Amino acid sequence: MDAGQSRNLKNNRRFHLRSSVFLCGLIPVLLGLSGCRSDMQDQPKYIPLRPSSFFSDGRSERPLIAGTVARGHLDDDTLLETGKGPDGKFSDEFPFPVTRDRVLRGQDRYNIYCTPCHDRNGDGLGMVVRRGFRHPPSYHIDRLRQVPNGYIFDVITNGFGAMPTYSSQLLPADRWAIVSYIRALQMSQMGSINDVPADARTQLGLTGAPQERKQ
Amino acid sequence: MRPAAAGSNLVAMAQIFHYSSNTFARMTIYGAVFFIAFAGWAGYAYINSHYVTRQNQPREQPIPFSHAHHVGGEGFDCRYCHTSVENSSFAGLPATQICMNCHSQIWRTSPELEPVRASYQTGQSIRWTRVHDLPDYVYFNHSIHVAKGVGCETCHGRIDKMPLTWQNADLQMEWCLNCHRNPERYVRPREAITTMGYVPDGDQAEIGRRLVQEYHIQDARLLTSCSTCHR
Repeated sequence: MDAGQSRNLKNNRRFHLRSSVFLCGLIPVLLGLSGCRSDMQDQPKYIPLRPSSFFSDGRSERPLIAGTVARGHLDDDTLLETGKGPDGKFSDEFPFPVTRDRVLRGQDRYNIYCTPCHDRNGDGLGMVVRRGFRHPPSYHIDRLRQVPNGYIFDVITNGFGAMPTYSSQLLPADRWAIVSYIRALQMSQMGSINDVPADARTQLGLTGAPQERKQ
Repeated sequence: MRPAAAGSNLVAMAQIFHYSSNTFARMTIYGAVFFIAFAGWAGYAYINSHYVTRQNQPREQPIPFSHAHHVGGEGFDCRYCHTSVENSSFAGLPATQICMNCHSQIWRTSPELEPVRASYQTGQSIRWTRVHDLPDYVYFNHSIHVAKGVGCETCHGRIDKMPLTWQNADLQMEWCLNCHRNPERYVRPREAITTMGYVPDGDQAEIGRRLVQEYHIQDARLLTSCSTCHR
């Protein structure tokens, strides 16, 4: 083996060595590139509920200072916000006209937020009550049929007895919509066939003949 | 590199490589094609694997909260706890107060719920482990999806059957586009937004087309425009 061959051999080996080093190097580079995505993936910004090490409570959101009023939320409509009239007593008025849409909205919200305890028909035997929560009174007792609308609104807003406040889960307009639906529920339990329009009676599988009102 | 012709007077040069090296060299060259293709496929399979997308992997949480129990068993509507889903980009994680609505009386000595009570007493947040973590360069808004008839179940799966919560979809861009290209295949009436195990009342193609019109869902060209999701 002369010098030329030996050099060729070396070159050959060097070539192989280089290409394998290149290939071996390429893989970590590719993996490294995939690491770049994490910068864009987790940007140094706050999204809702992302923790922060800056504040001692570990939250990035700051709690509102008491008495903060958001723009457009001055809440100066006493009836809408508290259910009370100008005399400071619970009002029987609604802060807006009760329309079919409002009642349906109330039904929708009622079924989400109230049924766990009060059940779909308002008898207070919801699933959570069956699991051991204190039994709320049925809506269909005399006392609750007589209370003013503002009273029901106040109970939703501030809670009553074992019932907690629902003001964080329901805006005032939705609470009022629920009040209207509760009124509809109460009527439904006290209704008789005479309350059903004649043309709708067949839908109930009943004949159009009026019956005695049952209590 | 052929060996010197037989009968030549010249002394053949010593062979550096065995003759079979030729075959080996060719195999390596053509093999590279397969190797690169395989590497590409393996890379694609890796980024779509459940290991990377975290799909179908229940996550450890400070409290073993069960959606199966609360939704499937007790029949809670999603919005009882996720209150901001209809009017905010973020569905909302319930404040500890909402847990305490019931757990002030139910399971109130349970050791599993100790972190809830501690949080309620001290005002310190419960540190849940995030299950669905979209990249920060993706703009996502819950409220618009809910308003346009995309049910919770469509993305989150049968949450009412998850004892611990996991991510149902892979959340890859392809998955998003799948619906943004053909919303009519997935939308449902707003009344059934939180329904689990929803079955369309008739032909989905027909209902979907009607809802797309009724809810004014934008056409696929706009829905798949880059800036719809990357803004």
